[in-house]
Amino acid sequence: MQALTSRAKPVDRRPMSLLERAYLPAIFKGMSITFGHMFKKAPTIRYPEQTRPFSPVFRGLHILNRDEQGRENCTACGLCAVACPAEAITMEAAERKAGEENLYREEKYAAKYEINMLRCIFCGLCEEACPKDAIYLSETFAPANFQRKGFIYSKDDLLIPNPVTEPEAYAKAKGGRVAVK
Amino acid sequence: MLLTIDLGLIIEKLVLIIVVVMSSLVIAMYATYAERKVAAVMQDRIGPNRAGPFGLFQPLADGLKLFFKEEIIPNFSSKFLFILGPSLAMLTAMMTSAVIPWGDTITLFGREIHLQIADINIGILYVFGVVSMGVYGIMIGAWASNNKFSLMGGLRAASQIISYELAMGIALIALLMVTGTLSLKAMVVGQMDGIWNVIKQPLGFVIFIICVFAECNRTPFDLAEAENELIGGYHTEYSSMKLGFYLFAEYINMFVSSAVMVSLFFGGYDIPFLNDAHAVETYGQNWMAVWHIIMFLGKSFFFVYFFMWVRWTIPRFRYDQLMNLGWKKLLPLALINMLVTGAVILYFTTK
Repeated sequence: MQALTSRAKPVDRRPMSLLERAYLPAIFKGMSITFGHMFKKAPTIRYPEQTRPFSPVFRGLHILNRDEQGRENCTACGLCAVACPAEAITMEAAERKAGEENLYREEKYAAKYEINMLRCIFCGLCEEACPKDAIYLSETFAPANFQRKGFIYSKDDLLIPNPVTEPEAYAKAKGGRVAVK
Repeated sequence: MLLTIDLGLIIEKLVLIIVVVMSSLVIAMYATYAERKVAAVMQDRIGPNRAGPFGLFQPLADGLKLFFKEEIIPNFSSKFLFILGPSLAMLTAMMTSAVIPWGDTITLFGREIHLQIADINIGILYVFGVVSMGVYGIMIGAWASNNKFSLMGGLRAASQIISYELAMGIALIALLMVTGTLSLKAMVVGQMDGIWNVIKQPLGFVIFIICVFAECNRTPFDLAEAENELIGGYHTEYSSMKLGFYLFAEYINMFVSSAVMVSLFFGGYDIPFLNDAHAVETYGQNWMAVWHIIMFLGKSFFFVYFFMWVRWTIPRFRYDQLMNLGWKKLLPLALINMLVTGAVILYFTTK
């Protein structure tokens, strides 16, 4: 019969020699292998204390960005919701009132902005679709909750800390990730 | 009067018993930790490291967990035997340590104290008797569970231990012919003066250690609990501390059989390349006894490590392979070893 692949190897079916049948030499060989492994360094990363370095294009949980003055970038245009293949994003727009210029960058803003993290596939298309640099995928990951409704992230959960009042928390939330643009 | 009871002797022996039992419990406890660490290191992992520094409190946490687990006694089991099983396993595991000579004598409060609970002149037969009772714990527990998998495990344990006990006993007969005594203490003293028995009886030692692996139900002979074939084997139905007793008994057995192996073949508490009579003069008898105990424990721990080392190297035997090895290989080998030893002794003594 012709072999299906070129990788087939003939199996040695000769009867075992006395030394092989004695079994003990093979055991000692195996034991020397396991003993050698005692001196190898474990490749373990002790997770909560150490973390694996992320790729610069890692896509974690979303954040809603602010500009340098701490104003929200989002104008509730809905392009992210349209781009989302999992239909995880919903929002409601509202008009900026007089005196709210320090809160929102443009005349329209998102009064309500929700992402269902159970639906989200972390593809990053919302980030690509956004014309205002408002939505970013961060390096935060592994959300945990006891209930399904806890996974629907509202604006409070998503909004990045204010860079003017809390610069440290802002930098931490932003992370070292490079956005795909 | 012949029956005058020396109160000091009773207290001395009681203290010794408590110390030996407690320390073998603690050693068994940390043997579980060591097993996990050895397994981890051999598989390039880290092993338990969460509870305390280097995970050293892990055995305590495990013990505590076992105590707090729900204790289930199945409705269809024979209740009395079901409880008797693990108790017997534990009891026999502890009893073997009675005849092991842990060290020479120490002098405390003007008394000569032998560091051996009972120096009986048939020590090795006692060890045999108690060790073969150990299988009753497994068998009774397995049968009383009234569960197919448990019964299979128990059957395997029983037949395996009976098969390997033969080869073990015959390997030992050759050793007894060489040493000429049944007392473990006398054997150790004989090895301190001469050379270790392992050099006189290398084949006997190989057979003996293989049989010890089988007697302790350790890999590659752990067919009795074979997780992937029999769920948990003989302890499938056990939970809580009764399961803990079974698991614990295994580790105590491991330690005690290492100790027996050391006293039989590796000179017991003998410190190699050291003139003992000279050392006793310089360090004093008590300090020498301490060194002896340390030496003995060191040797025993090496064998405990050896048990683990083998466990994480070799896969389990198939049942027919186990029986073939026991009856067709080890038993004839042990018989030949015995005959050759006898012939050699006869040749040299009649000349």
